[in-house]
Amino acid sequence: MKDTLGDRIMVIFIYAFLIVLAVSTLYPFLNAVAVSFNQGIDTSKGGVTLWPRVFTLENYKVVFKDDRLMSGFLISVLRTVVGTASAILCTAIFSYGMSKKELMGRKYYMIMCIITMYFGGGLIPSFMLIRNLGMMNSFWVFIIPSLIGVWNMIIFRTFFQGLPNGLEESAKIDGCGNWGTLFRIVLPLSGPVIATLALFTAVYHWNEWFYAGIYISDQNKYPIQTILRQILLSNIVSEQGGGGLDSSSLAHLQRAKTITSKSLSMATMIVATLPIICVYPFVQKYFVKGVLVGSLKE
Amino acid sequence: MAQLSVKKSLESSVRGKPNGFTRFFRQIDLQLMVIPALILIFIFSYIPMYGILMAFQDYKIGRSFSSSPWVGFKHFSYFFNSPEFGIVMRNTIVISFLKFLIGFPAPVILALMLNEVRKMAFKRIVQTITYLPHFMSWVILGGLVSAMLAVDNGSVNMLLEKLSFIDKPINFLSLPQYFWGILVTTNVWKEIGFGSIVYLAAIAGVDPNTYEAASIDGASRFKQIYLITLPSIMPVVVIFMILAIGNLLSAGFEDILILAANPAIRDVSDVLDTYVVRVGIDNYRYSYATAVGVFKAVVSVGLLSMANFIARRSGNSLW
Repeated sequence: MKDTLGDRIMVIFIYAFLIVLAVSTLYPFLNAVAVSFNQGIDTSKGGVTLWPRVFTLENYKVVFKDDRLMSGFLISVLRTVVGTASAILCTAIFSYGMSKKELMGRKYYMIMCIITMYFGGGLIPSFMLIRNLGMMNSFWVFIIPSLIGVWNMIIFRTFFQGLPNGLEESAKIDGCGNWGTLFRIVLPLSGPVIATLALFTAVYHWNEWFYAGIYISDQNKYPIQTILRQILLSNIVSEQGGGGLDSSSLAHLQRAKTITSKSLSMATMIVATLPIICVYPFVQKYFVKGVLVGSLKE
Repeated sequence: MAQLSVKKSLESSVRGKPNGFTRFFRQIDLQLMVIPALILIFIFSYIPMYGILMAFQDYKIGRSFSSSPWVGFKHFSYFFNSPEFGIVMRNTIVISFLKFLIGFPAPVILALMLNEVRKMAFKRIVQTITYLPHFMSWVILGGLVSAMLAVDNGSVNMLLEKLSFIDKPINFLSLPQYFWGILVTTNVWKEIGFGSIVYLAAIAGVDPNTYEAASIDGASRFKQIYLITLPSIMPVVVIFMILAIGNLLSAGFEDILILAANPAIRDVSDVLDTYVVRVGIDNYRYSYATAVGVFKAVVSVGLLSMANFIARRSGNSLW
């Protein structure tokens, strides 16, 4: 059957809409890249869209020389790597235990987990707890509270239960205990689910800025996103000055009249986004899979 | 008799079913896999639930829970009678419903549109681009949005001026009348692509023969969408709708914290969550902020039960 006129109009409309959507999604990123490579003073004249007009690396030089930004970047990397690896490991061990039917109290353990998905203490009681535990201002506040994810546990458990029984049985016959079976047989077979969950955990850790701002009072221990938030906020409040930058960068900012706070914050934003952009093409197939695994449970 | 009991205990030990303690210690390696995690869950999820009691006390810094005086519902009634209550409730309700009304159908429509695209390369490019903002933090997206909407040389203002819709640039982010629109648009923009993944998968499960039969019967492509695709993915849509209703009130506050940086628009931007952050973290009124948080949680649970009740009527229960 040939497409009718109405169908053809619909298809044209769909293509047009999708192009507009894609362009409007991509443009802000490309514009930020262009501004970050453009001379600050020139940018403030306006008109920089997709391509830098007066190309310069000055903005990035300042960013990479700023001690606070660099330490923030390092803290973010450390937090993402340590946080993701430990959370995935701990949740995998927990889930393997929970996947065993012979586990005593399994049903009650499960109820205990499910309740936390619907109820919580809320912001202030959690804040008080962290303070009473003496974890304020410590790097471990990024890691320990998010070690166990109930949602991830359910996904892991479902995956483990779907593995063929024979493999584990033969491992048991060969003298492997539960821990040995987990590390030698089950985890090596769990590549895809580990990749998916690690991806989402890593993205969470890299992007988290709010709790870091609450739990960390020493600004030198902020992750990059929280620093960036401060810089952008101070740009809005006072349209000038470097805000969250350290004093040497501020001096640099005033000396080099060609750099503006806008060009600098754009460069910082690009630096903070780069790790995600870099891994994004490689993990796309995993997150599509991950969403489907998650939604099956829902 | 004695022989029998020996045999019984032997049998039970073979089956691994003696009394609880022995059984427990026999599977101690398994228990050691779960108990540390459960302790963590207890500490970081259950102790804060106990901390909710603070909402009924006058907690002061440096005092312990047990020595704080009980005040009953004082903080709740204080909140209900405060001038902020009306504003905060209105904003919470309006913003949540706008996010739901526009943010929920948007990915469904995008999935339906993507499904009509026959050029696979084009489809993949659009998907790759639209998934991207989901993986960015609100800090980054907020930076991009405020750069786009900036008064001096923001791309949106430049575009609108060039098309002569406006004479001089508008300071979008500090004028209250634009805030809800900006917030909802940004939210849709961030999540539309990623949200469509699930629906695309559901569409992929539709039997292609149905379309063939329909097109032989003379159904146009639009009719096929309306009469085949949409009804086929309806169960998935309903389940996600229930979840969305349950999360109505907690549909994120990072976006508001970031986009409503200007206190001038607080009258339209303040919602329950941001109010809790402000009075609790910034002003140290712990008991009061906890009470507001408890109020929000109660309303949320009510909404979720309501959504589930409606869903059970329609045959798709959440639990």
